[in-house]
Amino acid sequence: MTDVAVIGFAQSPCVRRGDGTTSGVEMLVPIFQEVLRSTGLARGDIGFWCSGSSDYLAGRAFSFVQAVDAIGAFPPIMESHVEMDGAWALYEAWVKILTGDADIALAYGFGKSSAGDLRRVLALQLDPYLLAPLWPDSVAIAALQARLGIEAGLWSEKEMAEVAARSRAAAISNPQAQLSGEISAEELLDQPYVADPLRAHDCAPVGDGAAVVILAAGDRARELCPRPAWITGFEHRIDSPSLGARDLTTAPSAAAAARAAGTPGRASGASDHDAAASDRAAGASDLDVAELHAPFTHQEILLRGALGLGDGVRVNPSGGPLCGNPMFAAGLARIGSAAREIMSGRADRALGHATSGPALQQNLVCVMEAR
Amino acid sequence: MSQPLRAPLEIGFDYTRSLGPTLSQFMTALAGRRILGSRAADGRVHAPPFEYDPVTFAAPGTLVEVGPEGTVVGWSWAPQPLEGQPLAHPFAWALIRLDGADTAMLHAVDAGSAEAMRTGMRVRVRWAGSPVGSICDIACFEPCPAPERAPHMEPAAPAEPEPEAPPPGSPPPGPPELVTMVTTPVRLHYEHTASAGESRFLAGLADGRLLGERCPVCGQVYIPPRGACPTDGVPTTEEVELADVGTVTTFCVVNVPYPGQRVTPPYVAAAILLDGADIPFQHLVLGCEPAEVRMGMRVRAVWRPREQWGTTPENIDHFRPADEPDAPYESYARHL
Repeated sequence: MTDVAVIGFAQSPCVRRGDGTTSGVEMLVPIFQEVLRSTGLARGDIGFWCSGSSDYLAGRAFSFVQAVDAIGAFPPIMESHVEMDGAWALYEAWVKILTGDADIALAYGFGKSSAGDLRRVLALQLDPYLLAPLWPDSVAIAALQARLGIEAGLWSEKEMAEVAARSRAAAISNPQAQLSGEISAEELLDQPYVADPLRAHDCAPVGDGAAVVILAAGDRARELCPRPAWITGFEHRIDSPSLGARDLTTAPSAAAAARAAGTPGRASGASDHDAAASDRAAGASDLDVAELHAPFTHQEILLRGALGLGDGVRVNPSGGPLCGNPMFAAGLARIGSAAREIMSGRADRALGHATSGPALQQNLVCVMEAR
Repeated sequence: MSQPLRAPLEIGFDYTRSLGPTLSQFMTALAGRRILGSRAADGRVHAPPFEYDPVTFAAPGTLVEVGPEGTVVGWSWAPQPLEGQPLAHPFAWALIRLDGADTAMLHAVDAGSAEAMRTGMRVRVRWAGSPVGSICDIACFEPCPAPERAPHMEPAAPAEPEPEAPPPGSPPPGPPELVTMVTTPVRLHYEHTASAGESRFLAGLADGRLLGERCPVCGQVYIPPRGACPTDGVPTTEEVELADVGTVTTFCVVNVPYPGQRVTPPYVAAAILLDGADIPFQHLVLGCEPAEVRMGMRVRAVWRPREQWGTTPENIDHFRPADEPDAPYESYARHL
């Protein structure tokens, strides 16, 4: 099979409310220029372009079409789109290279959440017969999941606050982060609930942003990047959309994607405690770093278990989505951030994760290594 | 202009969906104030029902009645309900396992305060006043008056009368007809932001000027400006003022009436290439019979009275024939 590597990554600043349009052009033009400059590529070298964005976020139909203006699509380009996070656009780009149709591909994602009311917009991704007519918002559903885990003894409000505090401290070194700073878990726990049992720090900030990742095959990757992040596994899985029929304290699709991608994952049916113990012994320990797309604090704890990440794995050195979660770009940015750890020499093996849907319904895992 | 122009953008649409055989039964039962579930191959009862067994993928057999009471298996508190949610005052979202079911239903519980909520509490359905065959026929759930006891152990304390809804167990309001469709109104509110170039364009219109922007690489002039050249992918920065005279490159005759239409059909919507521009923009051509409009026709903007101008393309009411010889085909052939 063709070897494919991440060779470039750029991300716009994550901001609460940008001045740009919902077409994303203003956020995309600078990061396209940055990522092309960093790889020494010209636009014409890109054999395939793929975007991830959403009309519901923009409030208009075919909103992704105008984003193509940021590319400069003449002469005509090979281009595609997913109504998903850009991480799934990257998956399509990876498949495109595997088919031999391109040797260099670029995936991008963008979202201007500030244009609408994100909590309500996300209600429309739910079952249209049984759930969406009630407008259950994204924070309410995450809060349900958080309480289920608290009452099952899987995590606590204190452990959730510690995730937020660690993320914000890590984001101090990330100039693109929307939130960062030194704050203690105790201070965070003094804040009121926004949706009991979630406080503001438990929820990713709402904001605007964009991200771009370039993939290249084999020798092209070696020519263009001194230390490519070679993809060794790239998988995505999905759980039932019925929130009341699945166990929300687990993410079987995340575990299954991880296992398929070549990390241990959590064995189906195993308890969290068994799995955590065996995974520490088994070999997720050969991962140096993981960038997890957990828009809520408890979901990071849940994902660590589902993906079988031991204590030795650095999680979200970028600060992660709790410090900047531009819709349709944040998952792609996790993979880009994980790849950057390899390209910079800070890691030899890294995992990037993306999620979509309510309560970690859909999960994607990309495992990369240095060679 | 330092800040881009912004304006409210209201989106409204009523999704109308067919229900299929299983959800038709479920919604029809709701209209009759009954809740149905489906039994899976493993014997578990799913409520709401699945349409295909999650293990065997078989369609469910006869649906079974569950509820109307149940147990809260998880919950969160909504201190500030959002538009469209089941209750306008603070309430709990809860996963409720109805009696007789093995899975849970997501809905609202009107509990008064978060302190009144706990996992394991007993709740019962509160029906909407006028059921139509929708999940919203369940107005919400409410705490059972004797939450510690199973309902069959002793008679429940009398409930406060609900003025808008009949007591539980009362007969359905009418003979149940099979509900096959469900309509879900969606209302979304956005603030649309114009790009910097569009904002300059709109501000120019308020002064009666037509402003385009030129690509620094290929020299093409775009109106309205698009921020970036779609050919070269670079920002367009040089502002170019254009005449309000141009050439019809193509057009159509609108014969179909629709709500909100400004002009009575038939009328002409045309792509007009302003002199000096490289991309046509769309506007109306009035002031002549639709049959007289043709490719290459020269047209001139008809502006509204100056006191009506704003930051909008509507400052130009329409284009009218300019009474000039037609432009030769070669002059606009590249812009079709």
